[in-house]
Amino acid sequence: MALDIKNLKYEPVIGLEAHVELCTRTKMFCGCRLSFGEDKNIYTCPVCLGHPGSLPVINRKAVQYAIKIALALNCKIQDYTIFHRKNYFYPDMPKNYQISQYDLPLGVKGHLDVDMGDYTRRVGITRVHMEEDTGKLLHTGTTGRISESEASIVDFNRAGTPLIEVVTEPDIRSPEEAREYMIALRNLILFLDVSNCSMEEGSLRCDANVSVRKKGKEKIGTKTEIKNLNSFKFLQKGLEYEVERQIKLLESGSKVIQQTRHYDSKTAITKVLRSKEEAHDYRYFPEPDLVPIYMESKMVEDIKKTIPELPATKAKRFEKQYGLSIYDSNFLSNDRDLADYFEKCCSCYGNAKNIANWMMGDFSALLNKEKITIKESRVTPENLCRMLEIIDGGKINSKMAKSVFEEMFAAGKDPGKIIEERGLEQIADKSMLEAVIEEVLRDNPGPVEQFRQGKEKALSFLIGKVMAKTKGKANPRMVNEIITKKLS
Amino acid sequence: MERISKDDVKHVAKLAELEFDEKDVDKITTQLDRILDHVANISKVDTEGIPPTSHVMDVKNVFREDEVKESVTQEDALKNAPDMENQGFKVPKID
Repeated sequence: MALDIKNLKYEPVIGLEAHVELCTRTKMFCGCRLSFGEDKNIYTCPVCLGHPGSLPVINRKAVQYAIKIALALNCKIQDYTIFHRKNYFYPDMPKNYQISQYDLPLGVKGHLDVDMGDYTRRVGITRVHMEEDTGKLLHTGTTGRISESEASIVDFNRAGTPLIEVVTEPDIRSPEEAREYMIALRNLILFLDVSNCSMEEGSLRCDANVSVRKKGKEKIGTKTEIKNLNSFKFLQKGLEYEVERQIKLLESGSKVIQQTRHYDSKTAITKVLRSKEEAHDYRYFPEPDLVPIYMESKMVEDIKKTIPELPATKAKRFEKQYGLSIYDSNFLSNDRDLADYFEKCCSCYGNAKNIANWMMGDFSALLNKEKITIKESRVTPENLCRMLEIIDGGKINSKMAKSVFEEMFAAGKDPGKIIEERGLEQIADKSMLEAVIEEVLRDNPGPVEQFRQGKEKALSFLIGKVMAKTKGKANPRMVNEIITKKLS
Repeated sequence: MERISKDDVKHVAKLAELEFDEKDVDKITTQLDRILDHVANISKVDTEGIPPTSHVMDVKNVFREDEVKESVTQEDALKNAPDMENQGFKVPKID
């Protein structure tokens, strides 16, 4: 039950803040290893534990990755950029502040074009900045003993992981656009090889600012901030709920209150977390432990050269170079692994449309069913091409190909071998078929006579006899042709 | 000249999860006011034409390479924990 945006009197105005964990080897400001799902507190040091006297030093690779993301989002890289301390009292950071960026972020004024099928939404990127991730908190519930108050267990393995924040302009006009934007952002960043962008593992996260206004009005309404939108689906669902909630408030003559709300995926509603009066006052000031970065144009140019062809450009090229439809081109170029696979196939087999059809049809269906990526699949591009060649050569028909492909997918086998082992090969050898047909015609004079007198049914009978004799391996189309020719 | 109000002090105290009674708030406000007064002397310096700086030393672009350094052991990391549970730092829950 998606929200029917077109028929609303109101228009949602949405801006997103995405957090992307970089896949460097070490943390943003110290040499501790990055990790996920390991024992608690095994990758920490005086720097990421905030011990007095320890000093952070910027990870060069993290800055390079951040620049890569900013460039891919068409941002201007600022000549001068510094870090700030963001102060807050919460045990997820041992320093009681997070090193982040404030008024001098790394990149500004970019955009990302989001394909919505029948239109494109250009989403402005306000800023791309660098910061460090926080530790993880595990809240223990009440123990049952009244004397024990609730507590938090803190794991600092994640504290200090390089984190990039990507903030959009309030350009997004529906929950569906928000979802598509996040998918496009994820796909784009995956192309850059700087993050694994897994919403499940939390290496890609998202908060949303949302308000509604009467259609045609310029002025933006009072917004709320929604947290905990931890999957593409929850992002859309959470926003749909919030947009409806705000519209109902306004329609009933009430007002939207500026507040931070939390999306609860179990009940599919948003709940108030804190209101503006309690809103955080972060008291930003320049981080005195870090020196400023003056961007060298050579560094930026060098990074620019490492950016591969991005989805939008790739899709246009696929359309032109391989004669694919816009839909097919977009489908294949949004995912880097899918695109690479497709092009590998194109280098060993000539009919690109055939490749695309198989990749988007049976292949994708099986990948989805098994919940694996094309990279993890056992079907090599070479084997897929071989199978397509075999189909083209008439050795197997498309129905047989489906089952051959299933075995290729399950066992990673060569299609030629599967056909041989299962004796699937169609008999398309004309002389061999003619010999069998001669025999069948000789043994069935009755039906032959009936066919000569114009009884079509007799032909089916004769074809059936040939198929039985060849154990179903004859090419029925050829059998039909040969019999018709012989008896006419 | 009053540079900081009692409300400012209460606000900052709240952000830091600190509690003071009215007597302490009065005392701290006076003390902070004096400190700010003293620091305000800096604004007497003529800074016309001097670009803002974020760092006192003339150093820029200091990076480290992305190389793994040995972390401290879990046992050592937890040595300064106020309390411990299940290999984690145990702290009072903050809402």
